[in-house]
Amino acid sequence: MSIKVIKPTAAFASLLPTEYLELVADGPYASPKTINDLGTFKEIIAEHPHCAGCGVALGVRLTVASLPAPADTLIVGTAGCSFFGLAQAALNYSCSAFGNQNAVASGLKRMLKIRYPDTDKDVVVLVGDGGIADIGLDLTLHSWFRREKIATIMVDNEVYGNTGGQESGMTQEGQVLNMAPKGKNFAKIPVFELARVSGCVYGARVTVASPKKIGRVVRKAILLAREVGPTYVQIYTPCPTNFKFPPQQTINIAKKAEEGYYSFQEFISDDAQAYWEKNFASSTM
Amino acid sequence: MSITPYRVLVGPEGYLPPAAASRGILLPEKGEALIEGAIVPEEEAMQAIATKLLSAKNPFFFPGPQLLWDWKEGVALKAQAVKKLADLAGARVIPMPDYRPKYPMINPAVEINPNHPNLTIWHNKIDVCVFIGVHCHYANMALKIIRGGTSCYTIALCGEAGHEDAMISLCCMGMPELARLTEIIQSMKGEQAA
Repeated sequence: MSIKVIKPTAAFASLLPTEYLELVADGPYASPKTINDLGTFKEIIAEHPHCAGCGVALGVRLTVASLPAPADTLIVGTAGCSFFGLAQAALNYSCSAFGNQNAVASGLKRMLKIRYPDTDKDVVVLVGDGGIADIGLDLTLHSWFRREKIATIMVDNEVYGNTGGQESGMTQEGQVLNMAPKGKNFAKIPVFELARVSGCVYGARVTVASPKKIGRVVRKAILLAREVGPTYVQIYTPCPTNFKFPPQQTINIAKKAEEGYYSFQEFISDDAQAYWEKNFASSTM
Repeated sequence: MSITPYRVLVGPEGYLPPAAASRGILLPEKGEALIEGAIVPEEEAMQAIATKLLSAKNPFFFPGPQLLWDWKEGVALKAQAVKKLADLAGARVIPMPDYRPKYPMINPAVEINPNHPNLTIWHNKIDVCVFIGVHCHYANMALKIIRGGTSCYTIALCGEAGHEDAMISLCCMGMPELARLTEIIQSMKGEQAA
């Protein structure tokens, strides 16, 4: 992976579709970007196919803007709403079979370490709640048990959004959905707590109502995953389409959740804390 | 029992055409090429490509990511040579910048995607197309979809082992081979003009 892979050849540059040229000219590669720079660069093509007010689209956008080294980052995704936005982002992106993302990411991380021993290559899993908590839970947990140096980020909309609204393991108990007319009959899977006891050295739970917190925790998770061990960030990304609230209410819904059951939480292991203090204590993010 | 050899002909062959390899079509060796499933000398295939391109109503080149992005030394020169070849053949160019599936859909007037190449073929009424610089596994998939659903004649100029699913396929396509094909088209055009 090199900055060269996103430079068009002169012979065909004028024929590239506009959005590619914009991503090349104004993408996140040229200089480090943060959440504060959002709006001044192009991190995702404008015509992504997410629904109006989609929390996942916002979660993807905020995560992409928080990467410490986008040109040296490989995002691994899987099926689901998150895929729609990620496939349109100006990033190295690999889509795995549904649920396989943490296994694929483990292999890629090891391969990149061999291929580029002197360069930090960040492998970041960015998928929805179905991919992590249901279909890929075993592979996710095992990557944490093995202490793979990858960051796992869940954009949690608490539903299988693009298939009509089936309950996921992350749906709250009692929640009625299009395809769960009687309401879900068991509690939200405690993936955040599982991360803590399964080997993650850092974890954070946050919502899209707090962009700066997302910027801080995503960066921290990726930098710690580089050297210390697996990390996990869980972002609440409300879904207006399936939870049937007006699209302009997404942030308010997330804010309300943050005041209640989706409060901000963070954990860090002793070795990760020591590493962080030694290397990034003066960091402003 | 005699078996009629499978031929890779212009479609539409129908939904889910077989991979030509599964019907016994073999890849050419260096110096050879494929015309509609039969192995022929490379020179013969180049002549056939020139004839197809120059007699086409609406020929297009589809350069892939390996030519569109300046990712390693030599690519820019190759891209220049391919552009020159397309211009000489009177073909237009539609790029395949990457392989990401695009939703709700691509704009078929300005790009082609390996997941639904038929949209670009239909929209632009393309009767002959040339794949070059497309990674082999995506080229194979797109060539099969085109053969399945359109009447477009497909040509693959492959830098590796070639493509059974194209109607004409060269292999080991480097700068000397590009130069030779350009020369053949140039001379055939000259003959036509005369």
